[in-house]
Amino acid sequence: MSTDSATVTRKHAHHFKDGEHEFQSSILGVWLFLSSEILMFGALIVGYIIYSGRYPEMFAEGAAFLDKRYGAVNTVALLISSWTMVMGVRAAQTNNNKAVVKWLLATLFFASIFMVIKYLEYSHKFHLGIYPGKFFAPVGEAAGLDASTALYFSFYFCLTGLHGLHVLFGMIGILWVLLRARKNEFSENYYTPVEGVGLFWHLVDMVWIYLFPILYLI
Amino acid sequence: MGSAAPGENYLNHEKGLKSWLTTLDHKRIGVMYMITVLVFFAMGGFAAIMLRTELAAPGPGVLGEGGVYNQFMTLHGAIMVFMVIIPGIPAFLGNFVLPLHLGAADVAFPRLNLASWYCLIIGAAITMISLFYHGVDTGWTFYTPYSIETANGTTWVVFGAFVIGFSSIFTGLNFVATVHKLRCKGMSFFRMPLFVWGLYSTAILQVLATPVLGITLLLLLAERLLGVGIFDPKLGGDPVLFQHFFWFYSHPAVYIMVLPAMGVVSELITCFSRKTIFGYRAIAFSSVGIAVVSFFVWGHHMFVSGQSEVAGVIFSFLTMLVGVPTAIKTFNWVATMYKGSIQFASPMLYGMGFLFLFTIGGVTGIMLATTALDVHFHDTYFVVAHFHYVMVGGTLMALSGGILYWFPKMFGKMYNEFIAQISFIFVFCGFNVTFFPQFILGAMGMPRRYFDYLPAYADLNLLSTIGSYLIGTGFLILLYVIIDGLRNGADAPANPWGAKTLEWTAASPPIHHNFENEPEVTAGPYEYR
Repeated sequence: MSTDSATVTRKHAHHFKDGEHEFQSSILGVWLFLSSEILMFGALIVGYIIYSGRYPEMFAEGAAFLDKRYGAVNTVALLISSWTMVMGVRAAQTNNNKAVVKWLLATLFFASIFMVIKYLEYSHKFHLGIYPGKFFAPVGEAAGLDASTALYFSFYFCLTGLHGLHVLFGMIGILWVLLRARKNEFSENYYTPVEGVGLFWHLVDMVWIYLFPILYLI
Repeated sequence: MGSAAPGENYLNHEKGLKSWLTTLDHKRIGVMYMITVLVFFAMGGFAAIMLRTELAAPGPGVLGEGGVYNQFMTLHGAIMVFMVIIPGIPAFLGNFVLPLHLGAADVAFPRLNLASWYCLIIGAAITMISLFYHGVDTGWTFYTPYSIETANGTTWVVFGAFVIGFSSIFTGLNFVATVHKLRCKGMSFFRMPLFVWGLYSTAILQVLATPVLGITLLLLLAERLLGVGIFDPKLGGDPVLFQHFFWFYSHPAVYIMVLPAMGVVSELITCFSRKTIFGYRAIAFSSVGIAVVSFFVWGHHMFVSGQSEVAGVIFSFLTMLVGVPTAIKTFNWVATMYKGSIQFASPMLYGMGFLFLFTIGGVTGIMLATTALDVHFHDTYFVVAHFHYVMVGGTLMALSGGILYWFPKMFGKMYNEFIAQISFIFVFCGFNVTFFPQFILGAMGMPRRYFDYLPAYADLNLLSTIGSYLIGTGFLILLYVIIDGLRNGADAPANPWGAKTLEWTAASPPIHHNFENEPEVTAGPYEYR
């Protein structure tokens, strides 16, 4: 099969047999890293579940205060971004660097929607004096919140904050891949970074799929 | 594979400090880890000597009142755990030996390997910043709520430990991928040396357990900086949750420390007994078995923290279960030595030291796993003695033996065997003089972590302090052996011990790409007789 004439040919590192060997190893490495990430988020989510079992009323009161519409829009945005990411990987596998750029831009767009909405949610809460833990001092429409809900919002900020950081890291990764795609670096023989960043991005989406119901819905 | 010019090896392949700091060669990174670990070991060891000097007699001693003692105790623990014992065998010996064991040219991700070293250095530097902020006095376990309120230095140490965690994750990730993907032709899983099995089990723990410590330390930082209250009882949080999180990592971390040590010992025992290892598969699977079970035993650190009795019984049972694969290993090593042609070379002495001391450490671990005894022993010197028998008597013994065993391969020089044996005698005897009395002190009820004690404990404490000086002397002698070997050692042949694993078929020291031609394996790793 003929490849894009502008595609840069690339040599695999000396300790691998060939490009395929290098690809398989790198993707295994990414999966191992993702398992590490899952354990990290897992611990925090377990903490959340323990406390919500211990203080169900306080967690219900806190959750009722979150705006489900924001959460739902964000869920949809991330789900679509996962689809655009997959299309980007597919484009790399079929030697179409232009399409990679296009799909990754779309992914970045939906990721930005997520971050903007997150920013709106956070600033709304700060505005009402809803800060984590000991800085919790609700005013205005939040004034009725029980002081104990501070702990619920601590979890809210820790979980979404850590997840938000991962969205940011993911966006940086996508941008890096995008710039490389503009230089026509990817082809059916070499698309490891696209695949790797893609896997990371799916994990970030997946974590949100868990965070949305436990924080907003239950 | 490229062919090297005669006399060229990985040490003189490139020259200058920059070529070291930017190297991607696993052997050079291993050597950099060696220097790093030795420097930290000297620091942690200095702190230990100061602690024992303070404890030589009751009443305020060389460290004055308790505050300084607490800082030294914390530094000793944090440095030894996070910067010496955890990276000690995997990142230093493992880095150097693993690809050679497998017949590979490098680890799977050389850049990540270098990054892991920088994470360790940066994390250590951040930890040291704490010294300028009134130090840290929480002990290496950072228990809440005290760690939320105490001196500012704590923030830096916690952050430093978080960064060092990445070093550990990167190493583990790299090793798992290397074992799966970079075995040479003919190197099936059951032809891998047992050190590789040990490293592999360790690496899985590093990848899966360390992130839990990461999030725990992040939450502790959030606690200190933002007051989130998750571990703070004043805000409705639960300090025991911190203990659960912390030990979910830190108990597997104990096996991160000891599994690679067991791997080293498997190499030493079989090589110097000149005999095929007894029960290869049993040892290999018991490494994996220990790794799996180790995830489900953390609750034994909380027998007296208000955890339910049912949980206590379950954790007690699971903890004792760890004894089974450990005993399988020990019996297999002894059976390997049975009717072997044993050479009492210094690496073997350290290996046998491991067997002796680790068994005592392991059996006292079973004692502590019984809930009824633990109520009496917890937070006494019995616990201190127990984990030093495992960490020092186990890991550091194997590390010392491993350094001597692979020294000729690393640097192409032989060391002074006689002085190395003297160092063993000092370390081994000193170790027992230091820590055996602590079992008795603990059984008498002497609590750990205090700078002062009742006069009734004075004699045994003095004995323990004298022993610690003997250990210090022993390790100084070992350091002399290394330096003297580097400077004056005779050139080492490719295979000075007559060992059968692949690294000994490479030159001493190996060339940049390890092997002239990719090796092909046709038999197991220990075909002695």
